[in-house]
Amino acid sequence: MIHSLFLINASGDIFLEKHWKSVVSRSVCDYFFEAQERATEPENVPPVIPTPHHYLISVLRHRIYFVAVIQSEVPPLFVIEFLHRVVDTFQDYFGVCTEAAIKDNVVVVYELLEEMLDNGFPLATESNILKELIKPPTILRTMVNTITGSTNVGEQLPTGQLSVVPWRRTGVKYTNNEAYFDVVEEIDAIIDKSGSTITAEIQGVIDACVKLTGMPDLTLSFMNPRLLDDVSFHPCVRFKRWEAERILSFIPPDGNFRLLSYHVSSQNLVAIPVYVKHNITFREGSSQGRFDLTLGPKQTMGKAVEAVLVSSQLPRGVLNANLNPSQGTYTFDPVTKLLTWDVGKINPQKLPNLKGTMNLQAGASKPDENPTINIQFKIQQMAISGLKVNRLDMYGEKYKPFKGIKYMTKAGKFQVRT
Amino acid sequence: MSTAALYNDQGAAEAAVEAGQETTPTSSSSGAAFGLFSTDFKKNEDLKEMLESNKESLKLEAMKRIVQLISKGKNASELFPAIVKNVASKNIELKKLVYVYLVRYAEEQQDLALLSISTFQRALKDPNQFIRASALRVLSSIRVPIIVPIMMLAIKEAAADLSPYVRKTSAHAIQKLHSLDPDQKEQLIEVIEKLLKDKSTLVAGSVVMAFEEVCPDRIDLIHKNYRKLCNLLVDVEEWGQVVIINMLTRYARTQFTTPWKEDAVFDENNEKTFYDSDSEDKKDQTEAKPYIMDPDHRLLLRNTKPLLQSRNTAVVMAVSQLYWHLAPKHEIGIVTKSLVRLLRSHREVQFIVLQNIATMSIQRKGMFEPYLKSFYVRSTDATHIKTLKLEILTNLATEANISTILREFQTYVKSQDKAFAAATIQAIGRCATNISEVTDTCLNGLVLLLSNRDETVVAESVVVIKKLLQTQPTQHSDIIKHMAKLFDNITVPMARASILWLIGEYCERVPKIAPDLLRKMAKTFTAEEDIVKLQTVNLAAKLYLTNSKQTKLLTQYILNLGKYDQNYDIRDRTRFIRQLIVPNEKSGALSKYARRILLAAKPAPVLESAFKDRDRFQLGTLSHSLNIKASGYQELSDWPAVAPDPTVRNVEVIDPVKEWAPSLGKAKQPKSDDKFYSDEEEKGEEGSDSSSSEDSSSSTEESGSESEKESNEESEKTSTDSGKSSSDSERSSSESEAEQKKKNTKKKNKPAAADSDSVESEAKDSSSSTESSSESNSESDSDSDSPAPQKISVKAKPKVELKAKKEVSLLDLDDFSPAPTNAPKPSVISSSLLSDLKGLSLSNVSPTLQITTSSFGPEKTHELLHHMTGKGLSAKYHFPRQPCLYQPQMVAVQLILTNTLDHSLEEIHVGDRSPASLSIHCFNTIERLEPGASVTVSMGIDFSDSTQAANFHLCTKEDQFSVSIQPAVGELLMPSTMTEPDFCKEQKKLQGMNETSATIIMATA
Repeated sequence: MIHSLFLINASGDIFLEKHWKSVVSRSVCDYFFEAQERATEPENVPPVIPTPHHYLISVLRHRIYFVAVIQSEVPPLFVIEFLHRVVDTFQDYFGVCTEAAIKDNVVVVYELLEEMLDNGFPLATESNILKELIKPPTILRTMVNTITGSTNVGEQLPTGQLSVVPWRRTGVKYTNNEAYFDVVEEIDAIIDKSGSTITAEIQGVIDACVKLTGMPDLTLSFMNPRLLDDVSFHPCVRFKRWEAERILSFIPPDGNFRLLSYHVSSQNLVAIPVYVKHNITFREGSSQGRFDLTLGPKQTMGKAVEAVLVSSQLPRGVLNANLNPSQGTYTFDPVTKLLTWDVGKINPQKLPNLKGTMNLQAGASKPDENPTINIQFKIQQMAISGLKVNRLDMYGEKYKPFKGIKYMTKAGKFQVRT
Repeated sequence: MSTAALYNDQGAAEAAVEAGQETTPTSSSSGAAFGLFSTDFKKNEDLKEMLESNKESLKLEAMKRIVQLISKGKNASELFPAIVKNVASKNIELKKLVYVYLVRYAEEQQDLALLSISTFQRALKDPNQFIRASALRVLSSIRVPIIVPIMMLAIKEAAADLSPYVRKTSAHAIQKLHSLDPDQKEQLIEVIEKLLKDKSTLVAGSVVMAFEEVCPDRIDLIHKNYRKLCNLLVDVEEWGQVVIINMLTRYARTQFTTPWKEDAVFDENNEKTFYDSDSEDKKDQTEAKPYIMDPDHRLLLRNTKPLLQSRNTAVVMAVSQLYWHLAPKHEIGIVTKSLVRLLRSHREVQFIVLQNIATMSIQRKGMFEPYLKSFYVRSTDATHIKTLKLEILTNLATEANISTILREFQTYVKSQDKAFAAATIQAIGRCATNISEVTDTCLNGLVLLLSNRDETVVAESVVVIKKLLQTQPTQHSDIIKHMAKLFDNITVPMARASILWLIGEYCERVPKIAPDLLRKMAKTFTAEEDIVKLQTVNLAAKLYLTNSKQTKLLTQYILNLGKYDQNYDIRDRTRFIRQLIVPNEKSGALSKYARRILLAAKPAPVLESAFKDRDRFQLGTLSHSLNIKASGYQELSDWPAVAPDPTVRNVEVIDPVKEWAPSLGKAKQPKSDDKFYSDEEEKGEEGSDSSSSEDSSSSTEESGSESEKESNEESEKTSTDSGKSSSDSERSSSESEAEQKKKNTKKKNKPAAADSDSVESEAKDSSSSTESSSESNSESDSDSDSPAPQKISVKAKPKVELKAKKEVSLLDLDDFSPAPTNAPKPSVISSSLLSDLKGLSLSNVSPTLQITTSSFGPEKTHELLHHMTGKGLSAKYHFPRQPCLYQPQMVAVQLILTNTLDHSLEEIHVGDRSPASLSIHCFNTIERLEPGASVTVSMGIDFSDSTQAANFHLCTKEDQFSVSIQPAVGELLMPSTMTEPDFCKEQKKLQGMNETSATIIMATA
């Protein structure tokens, strides 16, 4: 399936290559560079590129292109999904997935890739198994290794690969047993000029950090499971039980993992926690434009809207902006024409406002499109869909674990058209 | 790098001496690389030294640096001899790195690579499965043709290995060997055939991958494994799932008849009614000749459905395409939601999913219409995502939603991304042609856009308007006029050319404007772009033909200009036109037809989706994504007109029983039931025996569905347990079979030889399979499966039997009816019916209570001790409903103890009990239970006729676990036989008891 993998950085250098079958010359990447040149933005490089003898399937993350070389028919999503899994693993191992981190840990990277694919077919992609095979590098371990000459390859053989629960490593031991669940929801919305919602949907995930000894068997139940009608599970979740009782029953992997992700679609009503009042105008003839933006909270159930960040791509004709924020700071990049305003927390008594003028290129006609405004925010202790965890129970182990649930709502792709 | 410098210093002396050899690096790169390679060379020297040292840490360090070299794509092949020596190193990391190196360079250094082979051959015999597996992995990755026979041997051996992990590795090795030496295909197919029979979920994905690579056309190999693959699918790892689903899609298209036939016609006409599932269902039912889906076809659809919930996008896509290509039209809708969910994923995933949705939405608008808003474009989307979304929105446009879509399009037209704005205008054009109601609105909107400031937008609008006008030119002369007016302001050549063409084409409608435009063009002709010039010549020619009076001079002027143009195309065109329209002696007959040639009615262009023809490819494939046939693409065959023989998928028993198929048919007939009632006779016994063994032979597929049902019934059994549950039932079945055997030998005077034989062999191999199934639950559906217990419950109660029988045939024909409603709940029914039936069915036995020993046991086992709580010891119990051997007032209970650990458990026995008065006849202490093994013991418990739970401790050498058995009321009853009058008599004696009445239809015995 996957023949070779090339890692290419933002400046177009191939800084790592790995082959699982016969070696494919790196000149195959020239086709990729060609496509890259044609694309105006880095994101616009098509994910699938045909070449005379191979097919290149690429993924762009953290400003690194992961280019897989394929020789024959294969579902493209298979490769894409796998590449993303590789990136996730790197991130898991090295904290960040940057060129520097990969170069520093090239041996671990190679060992990982060797375990993840055999002859181009995925072998072990579960992070729990990989960690049993290859220990993630930590500062301490690197020190110990250099002094004692020991290795970061697991001495034990990966029994997990054979078990009924391949996602969990065996022999887990903790002195503090704890299980934390974060319910994080993101609102994707498009708000039109007049402030009415064109489309809004909620993307939710439940991320878990479970550090429990032994083989705990957990069940998680919800107050209102009916909200979750479109879900995808971590393989550990017992699907039948969910179907029958709407209870999540699972033996968790060790450590961090995504238990569940769900989608509350646009057909349901979605509460929009902020509103924007805007007045962005360009007058014909004059080289000035007015900019006036006010943010306010709505439907937040009394919770504070925090970490608000407004960004907007102003029209190309704008030379400079001379604005005055009532709180926070703003920046305007005259090259990319990107205006960002770091608002911080919204105070309902004194609504944040950004006001001022924009200078246009002299003589240029008025831009015919008003910019879209992207908003980011966070609301703690609230899941906007109203999802609530009822209880978490543990079976199979004797001890009492410490349990915690956290809710958060964030803006996803939240756009306001003006 | 500092370390590197250090080593450079060390090696400097030698480097100086050997400087003459620096020409060795073979590389096509230019002189600039020379310096680079010279340092490489030095480094390699000291690497060699480090590798030859005695210190492990030095060797490791050297290997790490070599891996770094490899990762940068630099050549490190000359180190091969030094490295290959370390292949047998004790240090695991060092060994792994050496493997990495070997696999990379063995192809180039074949002779030297052979040195390492013996090490691997030795490791292939290692007692540790992981060492065996990794040896095979590396051995098969070394692409050296000489070792093909060795590889073949190793693969064959590994394919028969006890460890599923090694077998998995051998499946991977098959592909490698095949790519190395395709001549081995035949032998490899044999191995694949063998591995396909494997029941481990670990192996399934890999072997199907090998199948796809080596012999995708040998569909006959799949038949026997089809049902097993379907049933295992949920538990296979995600990557394997994708491969299996894709393979099964192809398989199903060759084996089943189309589920679309009946409704194909009315489907295309009114797709909307499709989505009201009710009306659809009704229609289905009233359909004269209903299509009955092959149960195997249904099995596939049912077993893949849960995978739509997978977190792996590739799996979701695979299931979606399976439904698209295989499911009845009204069921395809269930994939919509999941596909839309994927749109939240990474950009690349979005891209592929949107492509597939685009193809789907052309054929079936209704599927995605409710999710219209999910395809709205955000300004932050990448351009190719935007265009795909636009494509889908256009495909989804109907009369009902067009106004919303157009409003959305208005926003897009204003986008800063001008390429996207242009694409939007084209989309508007497509909407306008597809939906005649809005054509005028669209046209007007587009005309407004003509005054847009941006050139690309204007140009695109002109082009689209041109196309639209062509479809209905009669009504729109004012638009043509308007465009002519705009002509001066438009500078984009394509747009100018389009206007000129339009005016030329419809010059008779704008008789005054056209010559004027030509006049303007004559002035600027030389300054125009080529494409505009060509159209000017065209315009001139057309005007000359229609209105030669006014334009003759102008035309000649333009033709003269064209004659001396720099571009030969224009010169050619001019010459051609002149000959055509200006009659002279040389121009032949053609000029007579000039008018008909130039002013022929031209067909309107059809504005079609770019995804129109993509459906020729299987969805989700690379070929579909590229719209080119990728190498290795397997065409999806059309449905066969007549389904091939479905019995090929029936699974044989290892020891084949004769004539199973006809007797299965017989078993379905009510006649055979008669036999059962003539109880206590060998014949009946025999019949039930043989048919049970036959049943079990034929129905692995039932086992799957049954275990499913079971888990539906018992809420605590969940998907991951389902394998286990079926293995339980297996155990119980093997047991009950053993029981039956006992009875046979006891009762039968002359047991049919073949019969007892088959039973025996079956009992044997089921027990052996339980033993061997040490590693996982997936061994569960071995050949003698759950039907046996079902059969047994059947014997208990004639009525339920009929039902159960019917259930079997239901499964065969259309098991897609929501099963649980009529699924038998044997444990409940049997216990309650049991006592009634006993009194009813028999008539010729002595009046008093006669205890019958029923030859059946209920299939349901209860969990006594979960292996989690039991630290690896798991215990199940069930009531065999046999009179207890130990004391008459005790109830016989059978315990199945299984060791799920990887070490053996010792001294399993019963410890303290409560209440203390409880009398239990314990089983003998089990000295030792091997890992993975399970043992069945029987014990007797006196519940003293109450449903109070019996609590006791189950002890092992180290631990004790408190367990409790709570009997259902029915289990406390003693099976007995009495005549009807006796029963009535006895019944009358009882007073104050609750009466339960039920009507039972009995076959006349």
